[in-house]
Amino acid sequence: MFQNIGEIALLFWSTIRALPLVWRQRAKVLEEFHEIGNASLLMVAVLSFFLGGVIALQTGPVLAERGLHSAIGGLVGISMAKELAPIMMSILIAGRIGSAFAAEIGSMRVYQEIDALRTMNINIVNYLVMPRLVAITIALPMLVTFAILVGWLGGATVAQVTTQIDVPFESFFENMKNIVGIGEVMHGVFKSWCFAWIIGVVSCHQGLTTRGGPRGIGRSVTKAVVNSIVLIVLFDYVLTRLLLH
Amino acid sequence: MNDNGTTQHGVSVQVRGIRRSYGEQEVLKGIDLEVRPGEIFVIMGASGSGKSVLLRHIIGLEAPDAGEILVNGESVHSSDVASKYRMALVFQSGALLNSLTVGENVGLYLSEHRLKSPDEIRKIVLDKLEVVGLKGTEDKLPTELSGGMRKRAAIARALVIEPELILYDEPTSELDPVSSVVIGDEIYQLNKRIGVTSLVVSHDRDLAFGIADRIAVMHEGEIIALGAPDEVKRSQHPVIRKFIHADFKRQPKA
Repeated sequence: MFQNIGEIALLFWSTIRALPLVWRQRAKVLEEFHEIGNASLLMVAVLSFFLGGVIALQTGPVLAERGLHSAIGGLVGISMAKELAPIMMSILIAGRIGSAFAAEIGSMRVYQEIDALRTMNINIVNYLVMPRLVAITIALPMLVTFAILVGWLGGATVAQVTTQIDVPFESFFENMKNIVGIGEVMHGVFKSWCFAWIIGVVSCHQGLTTRGGPRGIGRSVTKAVVNSIVLIVLFDYVLTRLLLH
Repeated sequence: MNDNGTTQHGVSVQVRGIRRSYGEQEVLKGIDLEVRPGEIFVIMGASGSGKSVLLRHIIGLEAPDAGEILVNGESVHSSDVASKYRMALVFQSGALLNSLTVGENVGLYLSEHRLKSPDEIRKIVLDKLEVVGLKGTEDKLPTELSGGMRKRAAIARALVIEPELILYDEPTSELDPVSSVVIGDEIYQLNKRIGVTSLVVSHDRDLAFGIADRIAVMHEGEIIALGAPDEVKRSQHPVIRKFIHADFKRQPKA
């Protein structure tokens, strides 16, 4: 385990050092960026709409019973912005994109494509890891921002159409405006930025250390997703603690 | 003479006391050999004798437990060697990047190192594909090619580097006899044309005796014979006799 942590830290550092070459690899960054956005946008929209809706549905009637139904906008707003959108979208992207990173790089390793690159003196980090990491660190915060907005919309829709809550759109967003500011949104976006690095580095590392044939690739994909999710939840707590102050 | 009209010289390779174990199994047991500049050197041996592992060490993909490998007198693991000497390995599987077209694969070295403009790269790629008989395949994906074509595309990718040392890992495995001869001819012609040092690992007896200047025979991680093809043919070592003369023994039907 400690060896893995050391290797991941080294890969992270090598990728940081490769960042000045990002312009040269812009075509690959764009390709990956398109892949991440294209593959995830619809899923993100559906997931976050219903996530916002279910929070409204769970908390709205309880608040309404106590005469606090006007607070629902703030509650949905702050839950989506600071916690649910960043963590749920990151877990979704770990499953969808982290697994793809590990599978693509893992199969390249198994089928000697990475060895071929090395014999051509092509730097693996510059060619394979850095473009993926740059793409995911741009795409995930954008997806999370989108998820926050759609989640709010989902919460507001459910709050209006559910008779036990019965909070109109305008009141929902009026209340939300009093509680949720740009700082709360940035809180979530910052966390998603950190999670993007975790997904990218862990998944690429897992791909690069793949051994064996197709079974080895499968094992790497599973480990990439599981390890990313565990680290995301762990870092979510740490970052939330730090950001409290 | 190369395409630019300049003479190229191959590099020398010295392998000194290489040992390598994987777990309990010792795969290379103190290999010593020297490949002279510009020669075709074939390492022959049965499957599992350690030939491909030795090749991976020579190009620097793996580090030995003991011993050293020198290219023109410099350790293959020193940071300078990769940038100072152009080396290429033609993998047994071809190892083309499946996400790129054949043309992009062949031109990858030039495009990634920004050595030529895109137009020049395209011209060079078309030239090299024509040399290996793959004209018109530049826009295909590697998965659309047969095994032999993939191997030839891998050779074209190696040619683009204009290497001083080229290593071939089982270049004729999985190929029909006609394709094997085409590949063997290509290795020979390339060596004569640009003077590249060629190190071929193979268990194909016809290829080895057909193109080699010198042959080393490996058995269980050791070199058991080294010399000109005729000398190896005359060897009385029982393993070599068996390897060279292995054939089907079938009783005629009564």
